[in-house]
Amino acid sequence: MTRGACPGRPHGPGLWGFVLVWRDCGFGVPREPAGGRDPVGSSLVNTRAAQGFRHGGDVVCAVRGLTKTYPAVRGRRGSPATPEVRATDDVELDIRRGEIFGLLGPNGAGKSTLVRQLTGLMRPDRGSVGILGHDIVRHPERAARILAYLGQESSALDELTVSLAAETTGRLRGLDARRARAERDDVLDELGLAPIAGRPLKKLSGGQRRLACFAAALVGERPLLVLDEPTTGMDPVARRAVWSAVDRRRAERGTTVLLVTHNVIEAETVLDRVAVLDRGRVIACDSPAGLKERVAGEVRVDLVWREAAPLHVPEVAALRDRTVESGRRWTLRLAPEEARTVVATVTGGAAFAALDDFTLTTPSLEDVYLALGGAVRQGLVKA
Amino acid sequence: MDPGDPPSEGKQHDVSVVPADVVPGGVLAADEAAPEPAALGPRARLWPSLGAVYRAQLSRARVARIPLLFVATFQSVGIMILMRGVVDGGGEAQAVVAGSAVLVVAFVALNLLAQYFGQLRASGGLDHYATLPVPPAAVVLGAAGAYASFTVPGTVVTAVFGCVLFGLPLANLWILVAVIPLAGAALAGLGAALGLLAPRPELATLLGQLGMSAALLLGVLPPERMPEAVRLARDLLPSTYGVEAFARTFGAHPDWPRVLADLAVCGVVGGISLAVAAWAYRRAAVR
Repeated sequence: MTRGACPGRPHGPGLWGFVLVWRDCGFGVPREPAGGRDPVGSSLVNTRAAQGFRHGGDVVCAVRGLTKTYPAVRGRRGSPATPEVRATDDVELDIRRGEIFGLLGPNGAGKSTLVRQLTGLMRPDRGSVGILGHDIVRHPERAARILAYLGQESSALDELTVSLAAETTGRLRGLDARRARAERDDVLDELGLAPIAGRPLKKLSGGQRRLACFAAALVGERPLLVLDEPTTGMDPVARRAVWSAVDRRRAERGTTVLLVTHNVIEAETVLDRVAVLDRGRVIACDSPAGLKERVAGEVRVDLVWREAAPLHVPEVAALRDRTVESGRRWTLRLAPEEARTVVATVTGGAAFAALDDFTLTTPSLEDVYLALGGAVRQGLVKA
Repeated sequence: MDPGDPPSEGKQHDVSVVPADVVPGGVLAADEAAPEPAALGPRARLWPSLGAVYRAQLSRARVARIPLLFVATFQSVGIMILMRGVVDGGGEAQAVVAGSAVLVVAFVALNLLAQYFGQLRASGGLDHYATLPVPPAAVVLGAAGAYASFTVPGTVVTAVFGCVLFGLPLANLWILVAVIPLAGAALAGLGAALGLLAPRPELATLLGQLGMSAALLLGVLPPERMPEAVRLARDLLPSTYGVEAFARTFGAHPDWPRVLADLAVCGVVGGISLAVAAWAYRRAAVR
């Protein structure tokens, strides 16, 4: 194992060596990176490291062979015909107790459809969903008694005040009035919503509204939380409150969380395991680190030119057809050896005068998604 | 295997991906039998959850709907002033006042409720209730009850104003205590059903407005001069019985048995219309 001398390493001391370790050792190497923690995620809350919490190992939610097809719509005047869409294609998942399980994928991958089938809102064409021993396909009303769902819409709670929204949801979960009020007060204090408890949701900002809906999802405890993009529009303080609340419940009661997201950075820090969805099919299911190992052979190189790329330099011109250009930024995905050559060329030769900045990064979940054959090359959000 | 050394190619062949302790015969594999289903959380019971929904909807009305109550009241008051020039007294005046008062209920309980459910359904708000263990009837009845309750001040103001305007006795206005809930139930059930069954929210709004216009024309205009077909439509409208019961009480010696009979029919129609609304909700919420 060699550590190459790399001029001008911009990010993290062990990064280059880290890449070489991966390349030299091949796949199947244990999960801990040799070079230390991922520099990108270090400033965010890492819920996995927090407590010495082990997965119980028993399965909370088992999905087998789930399939749902939306029928073709005939074209009419004013709206074109849409073909038949396989929204969920033979999906198989196991969610274990106490873990935060993610569904990651671009828009239209079928994440929300899958979640609707898991919560009993939609009936699948084929397959089975078992949550804690209950068959949800046959008894969809039982899903309401065993999980708490936070949807993307908040229209049912919109004109209620924050405290009334939380209290009503608690009462509708079967709590009596006194307990509902007590739990509401606890949850609102936990999330820091007490100052705005008397304001209607409509008058709050997007992130505060989402936090209020999350509070309503927490009142009345449930062993499984299904959260559909819970932190959309939230500032970092609110996000931290959300994940702390989730962690507390995981540690105290072994609450399991199913999270739908297309926010890659949050996915990398928060999730224990993630299932990557593309066009209704699960193309990979593993921990984020495990998934990244599958594309360990590739490194991303970002080059930012000062004005224009120096195409008179032959090495740079040769790279042109392999890059994704956006303005002054060139993005290349290369094997580590090649990346080393490119960086040496760009920083040592004539091209260096035209270079503004360059970055070397290990694969993110977005790279995993694209490498695994993500058909739609629109990528994911790095919010 | 020591995780510290980089494994060589040769060693990799012998590694099994299955950990030793779940191989058949191992300790963990003994739990292969299906685990018992976990205890379910409590189901929300009808009356407590109805009360919770009722309170929430009433608070919504306080936040956002008070201007609309003023609009409803002004509409009815304006109609009565308009009709004052046309109608002199007697049975026709009674019909106008009774119809205008119930029109306030129709505006809020039929029109606004149809719009609310249409918009809620279109924006996916029904999913929120579908993932809570609340009986569907509680959601519909709670919302219907809240909207009907919300009409009380406007209806009372309209009735009093109408009595003063047309010179009718105020003595029997206590009948509103029965008329408002019964007519409110009937109209709210119809409004909820329209809102939940309409395929698009714009259609729900349209049907709500049509329903209110029907309540206006068929309720306020005296029935004596209507053609037979229109009179049939008037009999089918749920609020008609409440209007007639109310109108009868303005007489010098009201025919109480007939008033009670009309209220009873109104109540039955109200019950049917709320049942239809609950059925429509179940159809809309579950796919």
